[in-house]
Amino acid sequence: MFGTVFKARESGIVLALVVLIVFTATQNSRFLSGQSIRDILLGTAILAVLAVGQAVVMITRNIDLSVGSVLGLSAFTVGSLLRDNQGLPVIVALLAGLGVGAVCGLLNGVLVRFGQVPALVVTLGTLYAYRGVIYFWAGGQQINADKLPGSFLSFGHDSIAGVPWLVLIAVIVLVVAGIVLRNYRAGRELYAMGSSPQAAELAGIKVGRNTIAAFLVSGGLAGLAGVLFAARFGTIDAAAGNGYELNVVAAAVVGGVAVFGGSGTVWGAGLGALLLTVIGSALAVLDINQFWQQAIVGALILLAIGADRLVAVRVQRALKKRDSHV
Amino acid sequence: MSDKGIRPAWLSRLASWDAAVIVITVLVLVIASGTVENFGTSRNFTFLLLDLLPIALVALPMTFVIVTGEIDLSVASTLGLTSAVMGDLWDKGMTIESIMPLCVVLGAVLGALNGFFVTVLKLPSLAVTIGTLALYRGLAFVVLGDNAVADFPRDYTTWVTGTIGGGPIPNLLIPLMILAVIFGVVLHATPIGRAVFAAGASDQAARFAGIRVGRLKFWLYVVSGAVAGLAGVLWTLRYSSARADNGFGLELAVVAAVLLGGVSIFGGKGTLPGVLAGVVLLGTLQNALRLQDVSNEALNIVTGVLLIISVLLPNIVTRTRARFRRRATV
Amino acid sequence: MTRHDEGSVPLLEVRGVTKSFGAVAAVAGVSFPLYAGEAHALVGENGAGKSTIVKMLAGVHRPDSGTLLVDGEPVEFATPADAKAAGIAVIYQEPTLFPDLSVAENIVMGRHPRGRLGMIDRAAIRAEAEQLFARLGVRIDPSRPARGLSIADQQIVEIAKALSADARVLIMDEPTAALSLVEVERLFSVARTLRDAGAAIMFISHRFEEITQLCQRVTIMRDGRHVSTDPMAGLTVDEMVRRMVGRELGTLFPKQDVEPGAVVLEVAGLTREGAFRDISFSVRAGEIVAFAGLVGAGRSEVVQAVFGVDQRDAGTVKLNGKRLKPGAPRASMAAGMALVPEDRRQEGLVMDLSIERNVTLPRSRALAKLGFLFGPGERREARRWTERLHTRYRRLGDPVATLSGGNQQKVVLAKWLAMAPKVLIVDEPTRGIDVGTKAEVHRLMSSLAAEGVAVVMVSSELPEVLGMADRVLVMREGRIVAEIPRAGATEDSVMFAAMGQAA
Repeated sequence: MFGTVFKARESGIVLALVVLIVFTATQNSRFLSGQSIRDILLGTAILAVLAVGQAVVMITRNIDLSVGSVLGLSAFTVGSLLRDNQGLPVIVALLAGLGVGAVCGLLNGVLVRFGQVPALVVTLGTLYAYRGVIYFWAGGQQINADKLPGSFLSFGHDSIAGVPWLVLIAVIVLVVAGIVLRNYRAGRELYAMGSSPQAAELAGIKVGRNTIAAFLVSGGLAGLAGVLFAARFGTIDAAAGNGYELNVVAAAVVGGVAVFGGSGTVWGAGLGALLLTVIGSALAVLDINQFWQQAIVGALILLAIGADRLVAVRVQRALKKRDSHV
Repeated sequence: MSDKGIRPAWLSRLASWDAAVIVITVLVLVIASGTVENFGTSRNFTFLLLDLLPIALVALPMTFVIVTGEIDLSVASTLGLTSAVMGDLWDKGMTIESIMPLCVVLGAVLGALNGFFVTVLKLPSLAVTIGTLALYRGLAFVVLGDNAVADFPRDYTTWVTGTIGGGPIPNLLIPLMILAVIFGVVLHATPIGRAVFAAGASDQAARFAGIRVGRLKFWLYVVSGAVAGLAGVLWTLRYSSARADNGFGLELAVVAAVLLGGVSIFGGKGTLPGVLAGVVLLGTLQNALRLQDVSNEALNIVTGVLLIISVLLPNIVTRTRARFRRRATV
Repeated sequence: MTRHDEGSVPLLEVRGVTKSFGAVAAVAGVSFPLYAGEAHALVGENGAGKSTIVKMLAGVHRPDSGTLLVDGEPVEFATPADAKAAGIAVIYQEPTLFPDLSVAENIVMGRHPRGRLGMIDRAAIRAEAEQLFARLGVRIDPSRPARGLSIADQQIVEIAKALSADARVLIMDEPTAALSLVEVERLFSVARTLRDAGAAIMFISHRFEEITQLCQRVTIMRDGRHVSTDPMAGLTVDEMVRRMVGRELGTLFPKQDVEPGAVVLEVAGLTREGAFRDISFSVRAGEIVAFAGLVGAGRSEVVQAVFGVDQRDAGTVKLNGKRLKPGAPRASMAAGMALVPEDRRQEGLVMDLSIERNVTLPRSRALAKLGFLFGPGERREARRWTERLHTRYRRLGDPVATLSGGNQQKVVLAKWLAMAPKVLIVDEPTRGIDVGTKAEVHRLMSSLAAEGVAVVMVSSELPEVLGMADRVLVMREGRIVAEIPRAGATEDSVMFAAMGQAA
């Protein structure tokens, strides 16, 4: 019964995807062209990496609103690093981005943990603070594709065995995070913390350490996404990733990660990312005003948490009926 | 703290955090007038107040919302959407006199939607208002796209940017002060205010005392939306420009000012005078830095850090105090 | 089996511990040993400090002074993890499960068995849970989530958790309150097995027959202080009760005889799915009607639905013949009904607000002049009522959290008495307050009844029920199973009805 509730969410997304894709494709066959599919996959890859990090944080009953700014900071750092050191291998760029993000995430985690401050406030603050740092540093300058080494740009477009590098990285992130959350003690403890913080404390789980770790992961992945962003678009300015946090939260929530913590999977979050990206490109193909995208993101968040709530109420009512021995 | 005689609780509260905010504000004012060029001019004073106005306005209902333990992150998007609708309707030829009340009503409706999700569906206000933050801003762009509508009647735009008798005090300050007094009295000296504090400090105990917590919160969201709508109208007239991205990011400044003013993010604590002090401090800092040619976006470092400090500091103070007390008893 | 003599080193020892919360000393100078192979009862009235002791042993609270010793060595538990590592397992009054996780995973959380590549071994987890449930003789699906389990099942899972941890010290804080007799018996057989295998058991319960069945040694506490620690063999139940209460029972309840007046409160067919069903009763002016029953029988749920804080599915509530709107506390208050809730800290008071604000909260509308609350009106009102109830405080502006439990309860009472109710519902009116205040509260209830107020009292303390009530309604599993007039109400008749056994 519970299994079906969660499965229902994921199959619901898949169904929505199929309907959307079929409808769009019948309206305009360009939608299923190789280029279009590539674009969708590349876009999904970046969003999915961010959504995985967000899912990890949300499972612990926290939230990380700063991911868009961390992405921007990492993209700009890596961009300027590569501009000034043309020979730098891609892997170093990836690690640098990861590092920048991890530092930002660590700061978030430490503030949440030791300040005993709600994650919402901390990450709302750092959302603007990190963004401010980029502006302070970059000002109006822009890093253009022609300033970046060719190897890095081709990393953003090339494939290995038919699979674009970006997609490969996203899949690796998904699989690793999925396995850790499902099959390792650390992952299970994150669910426990989100499910009942008091019980987690009593069970001897190191709640503080795990909270910091969750933010570290989210920050690190946002940093990684920043490198992917730089490689894909080649043009980076101080506004890179502005407002992304909304898409990321939407992807996770739509994918069934509970805002109350304790449940949800990274697979769902990945599917949510795919759905959002497909909607975006369907709008373009269907010649609908692009500005609908953000409104749809907002509506989907409301729809998803509203649906979660209704399902929870129904399940609870059913359980109460069954258990009532009066 | 304990042996201050028979001073009322609100006064001793004021004497701690709020007083510190006021002292710091004065310090910033003094230092800025001494070191920042043009800061002390009456022209700059007018600008400072005009920049403060939307933050102060939206902070009034936000104080209520946060004291009840909830939050409304959608205010800036509500402002943007009402601004966009205002531009669109003006473009379509409606009179400004009918547009303005319509925009306030629109804000109230947007607030009611938040209130519905939070109180009827009982969803966390954080998630709901993040959703509507995206939704309302998105709709603003749907309405107006990248366009700007600029040709609003001169009578209104000059009044909104004008000053009393040509002096340094903006015309708008007077209605704002009146609103602030109304909000302050309601919060601190009416049954509604008592209910707001009780609901924020303990939802359950408030319900057991016969307070209809859900209904109360719902109406607070409606007021929050309506005031954000009003702010959208004023913003549009002040810059004589209706744009979908008007007020982008304002929610940060508002929340930061409210928390800086000593309102607890956990609900149940805070004063309206404190919030106004928080608004002035934030606005003064921003103004001084802007005069130093710090960009708007970089300014957000200051706002963001202030936001974090203002929630961090009270917690640290309480815990340190508790630790000392524990040590003293051992 | 190691039945030992005095002088051998206890597995766990509590030595002179003290713990205060704010101004209130919850525990002061308590010492007792827990020996291997022995079950040790900790008894005392509600609020005597038992749960605070449990939390110190569990590593949740740290003692302000005094020491805990494991195997004779002083230890400090900074976190629950430390206590766990020392082999202490705790079953709390309130189950502490993870609702989103499976039952099996709840049991092994924090020490999942691991297999290949350090991954958790799901098959082993499931097998372990199945084996534990077999040992406990219960049928719970290990793969279902904990959300939605009945309280009794949740308690079983808690017990399984403690068993699986191979605890050397097992602490049970009223684990039987919500269990049926069969379930209690099963729990005891497991506890005995553990005890005989050399574990030390600390057992807290309000049921003396359970204590005498299981335990070899008993520590008695009163008002946070240590009264005595003795072998069970030399103690009678009467003697234990006397030490717990610290006074003769007879003198305690100043119930005045009142000639009941007209029916004031009439409840008919009140039902809420899953909580209670078909509850009908009436209360006359000047009458005190008590709801007795085990914890979880649905008594608090009934009075909360009567007051309107909770919704109800069916039934009517009439006050002086007028039907009350369901789910609307404000309408009930306007009609003259007041509810002093069970949980003072969560429901009765807004702990962060001042004493003054708490007292006047339900009446702020009535006290307002032209809608405004300026001037000393609130303060005067608050002072009048707190003084009438002899509440001790420093300033009316102090947060109510700084008061002792008894004085907090007086503030709750003041808050509701200020509105001059016709029907006063009190849910566990004397839980967790000192003896002197208890007597005051009882005298107050009695004099209110004499003034013609209809009083409904929910209480888990039998002496209080027997001493105060004109009539006793006994609830079991969501229904009223007996109505006993004052003359026929004895410990036996009420308890037997509550537990569902023939007298």
